[in-house]
Amino acid sequence: MDFGYPVLTSLIVFPLVAAAGLFLIKSPQVARAYTFGASILELILGLPLLTYQFNADFQFMEKAHWVPQWGLEYALGIDGISYLMVLLTLAILPLCVLCSWTYIGKRVKEFHFCLLFMTSACVGVFSSLDLVLFYVFWEAMLIPMYLLIAVWGGDQRRYASLKFFLYTLAGSMFLLVAIVAFRVTGGTFSIPELMHTHFSFDFQFWAFLALALAFAIKVPMFPFHTWLPAAHVQAPSAGSVILAAVLLKMGTYGFLRFCLPLTPDASVYFAPMMIAFSIASILYGGAIALGQTDIKKLVAYSSVGHMGFVTLGIFLFNLRGVEGALFQMLNHGIITGALFMMIGTVYERSHSRDISANMGLGKYLPAFMGFWGLYALASMGFPGTNGFVGEMLVFTGAFQHSPYVGALIVPGALLGAAYMFRVTIKLAWGRPSTAKTWRDLNSREWAYLVIPALFVFYIGLAPKLIFDVIDPSVEKLVSDLAPHIATSQTLAAQPVPEAVAAVSAPAAVAAVESPVEPVNN
Amino acid sequence: MEFNPIQIVPELYQLLLIVALFFQSLGAGPDRPGGAETPPAERWLPYFAGFGIFVNIVSWNAQGLIFGDVYKIDALSQFFKLAIAAGFYVAVLNAARQPSLAERKRPDYFMFLALSAWGLMLLSSAVELITIYIALELSSYSLYAVIALRDNDKRAAEAAIKYILFGAVATAIALFGFSYILASQNTSYIAQLAQRPWSFQAQPMAVVGLSLFMGGMFYKLALFPFHFWCPDVYQGASNETAGFVATLPKLGAVVVLVRLAALLKPGLEITTLLAVLGAISMTFGNLCALAQKDVKRLLGFSSVAHAGYLMVGLVAGTAMGLAAAAFYALAYVAMNLLCFWVISRVATDGRNLQLDDLNGLYRRAPALAFALAVGAFALVGLPPTIGFAGKLFLATAAWNHGYNWLVITLGVNSAIAIFYYLSLVRHAYTHEAGENPPVPDNSPFSLCGAGLLAAVVLLFGIMPSGLFDYAVRAGQQLLP
Repeated sequence: MDFGYPVLTSLIVFPLVAAAGLFLIKSPQVARAYTFGASILELILGLPLLTYQFNADFQFMEKAHWVPQWGLEYALGIDGISYLMVLLTLAILPLCVLCSWTYIGKRVKEFHFCLLFMTSACVGVFSSLDLVLFYVFWEAMLIPMYLLIAVWGGDQRRYASLKFFLYTLAGSMFLLVAIVAFRVTGGTFSIPELMHTHFSFDFQFWAFLALALAFAIKVPMFPFHTWLPAAHVQAPSAGSVILAAVLLKMGTYGFLRFCLPLTPDASVYFAPMMIAFSIASILYGGAIALGQTDIKKLVAYSSVGHMGFVTLGIFLFNLRGVEGALFQMLNHGIITGALFMMIGTVYERSHSRDISANMGLGKYLPAFMGFWGLYALASMGFPGTNGFVGEMLVFTGAFQHSPYVGALIVPGALLGAAYMFRVTIKLAWGRPSTAKTWRDLNSREWAYLVIPALFVFYIGLAPKLIFDVIDPSVEKLVSDLAPHIATSQTLAAQPVPEAVAAVSAPAAVAAVESPVEPVNN
Repeated sequence: MEFNPIQIVPELYQLLLIVALFFQSLGAGPDRPGGAETPPAERWLPYFAGFGIFVNIVSWNAQGLIFGDVYKIDALSQFFKLAIAAGFYVAVLNAARQPSLAERKRPDYFMFLALSAWGLMLLSSAVELITIYIALELSSYSLYAVIALRDNDKRAAEAAIKYILFGAVATAIALFGFSYILASQNTSYIAQLAQRPWSFQAQPMAVVGLSLFMGGMFYKLALFPFHFWCPDVYQGASNETAGFVATLPKLGAVVVLVRLAALLKPGLEITTLLAVLGAISMTFGNLCALAQKDVKRLLGFSSVAHAGYLMVGLVAGTAMGLAAAAFYALAYVAMNLLCFWVISRVATDGRNLQLDDLNGLYRRAPALAFALAVGAFALVGLPPTIGFAGKLFLATAAWNHGYNWLVITLGVNSAIAIFYYLSLVRHAYTHEAGENPPVPDNSPFSLCGAGLLAAVVLLFGIMPSGLFDYAVRAGQQLLP
């Protein structure tokens, strides 16, 4: 479809242009308003995305030669896996501007520069169809995030930002080596073309490990999660929001976009390990969150747990699991993003993130507490909220996969309820109340808290639209994987000729797809 | 082929500059009795050095093999000559405001710089071992003198002596190796050497000889184990001189190594030796750099590491590999010129910058801090900078040519290197200035220079294909 302009490119370029324009502005207040205007304009530029067709193809494709000698292409496109992430990125930007309106007092221009730069890089990550282009955006987003933490962060910002940077960049170096290996072995940097290339198991083995390390750090999966609490706690409110809502998703997006389609045999081979790590993340994140006294740290550890659900869903290799993973990615972005904004809101009043300094808000800040209660319920997966849909799907997938896996994550969901109730009860009714002189939410705070709430209910009550968007792509992903699962199982049973494995493949496809139908959402 | 002076216009032009500077250095300077009528060299030299770039562009397409087949003018040599001319221009601009150099020494100083650049230009066309040797010496000797020129600083004298001693030893080793090559292969022309066998089994003497001869280049390049001078010289020399020593001579070394790499097929002992040295060099350089507090010393160890990265392209044994090495050398020069430009502009009193001196640079000179950040991130190899493009090309060219472990070492090393490059940015952006910070130069001259260099680093990072095309053309001439 033609809209008179390249949609994805303009979504990437416009924030950069707007960011450059910031340097012409003197007053901080104007800079805020200007960035807010730019973020709205960015949303308007993204309107053509609403014409997305519900199929598994890449859409809004753009292609141009970049470095022809190396076959580097500037190729963009989105499918059901990346579409929602792009929308999420676009929607988070205005909220970030609003929630740092008074939170950020110094170097305001530069702060908004970082936000805009970040948005551009994130849209780029989710829409690039060329490995190197992907890598460029992947790395480009590190710098503004580093600065967001290192310049506008809390007391230990240097430690946290350095840890974040070193950890993620160390992972990315392996990603780079894997990209080079894919280019030389597969002959192209183009992701769609590589999806049709078959790689030897040996190659897949190492490529998967390199990719998985980079993505597992980003997600972050236990035991690579230690940078996340530090980064979240020290980051400014908007930084935490972007970190939670968009950056963590890049890791799981990487699993879906690269590991599963490009290294299917290795993914199947390593699936038990990845499932084990995911369960560890869920249980460990939940258990640690239970013991936190810092609200932000608590939500940060809860992120580890929630992202564990996502990776678990991905490596179950069944339709419900992957659907659940995508739902959980979107939901975690909305809910945790909102929770971090709320923490910023209350921090502006108490100047502390400690639970004991923010108790008894229920009587004095009813609107705040109402929103907090809503997001806390959504976070633990209460029916009627979006969190429920995602968790439910992952549970379904897990039990389909194996009752043991399902049984192991039940305590994870319980832990989620436990730590969320614990902090919510203290915030609402804890004594002595510290909130007697605080004012309740103002209209700006209402604005940025109501919007996620709408999505919490919309996705919670009527998820059909999201299913329509993601299902074709997810079905394609899962059915592409099915023969590999069959092959590896047959091979594991006894070494049989290729032909037998090929014959058993269609049966496996049917086996994967048939139990899916009766499950009701 | 008939000799035609048109072919060597860039060299002749550079020689003209040297002669002019020489005559000026004879004349009375402003602080001599009866002086003051001679205009200082830095008034006119930048314009003429800038015109040198134009001269190089004009003679871009020159071809030829002259002076008894020892001097080859091809795509590779013109590529590097242009880079040397551009680097010389930036170095001259950079040194024009040198605080630690007496007025009357300036013509001599610039003459030596020009002479060194001229030697490097000759080096990029030399295709015969003795010619290479002479050109190498020409570029080295002038640097020996330049390094000591820093007021009456003892560290500079120490650095100069170290550089001379190391240089002398490396030269002696190279000559010794050359005698072995000549004795066993009976020729000193690279074109003929390329026809001979280079395996240790067939020609043990030649392999030893070539390894030793390359030692001379490794010394210029500061590759392990010939790197010991590097951090000390950077630290001892003035900021501006270090900016020259750190950048242009590497181009000369790389061009010779690229030519010699035509002899190196993957799997040969000597190729493996190069790969091993490269791996040690990058690891050693990066690990040492982690502990540095002096910015120039840090960049010194960083250049040891970068010498190691360059080896990745050289051992690939393909035209793409050579092109990637050439491209990376250029990227390295651009990134380092940018960093040294910022260092020289921040340390306006000519001091040696410590990392703590960068504290709060963001407030004192936002544009310079930004340029430093671009330079540091480029040295890390983050996109969208030229450093990333270079590293990507190196890794892609070398993968599946028998040295995958080297590519992985490159990846691991880039991860190690983040810490210390990032600390440049960290100090500039997140620390508050302490007592007695240096007063940065925020004049339009300083900001324009930083802006242009940063633009080059970013622009060729985003669109490397044009530049890379030339590198590939040069590489294909050597290894069709």
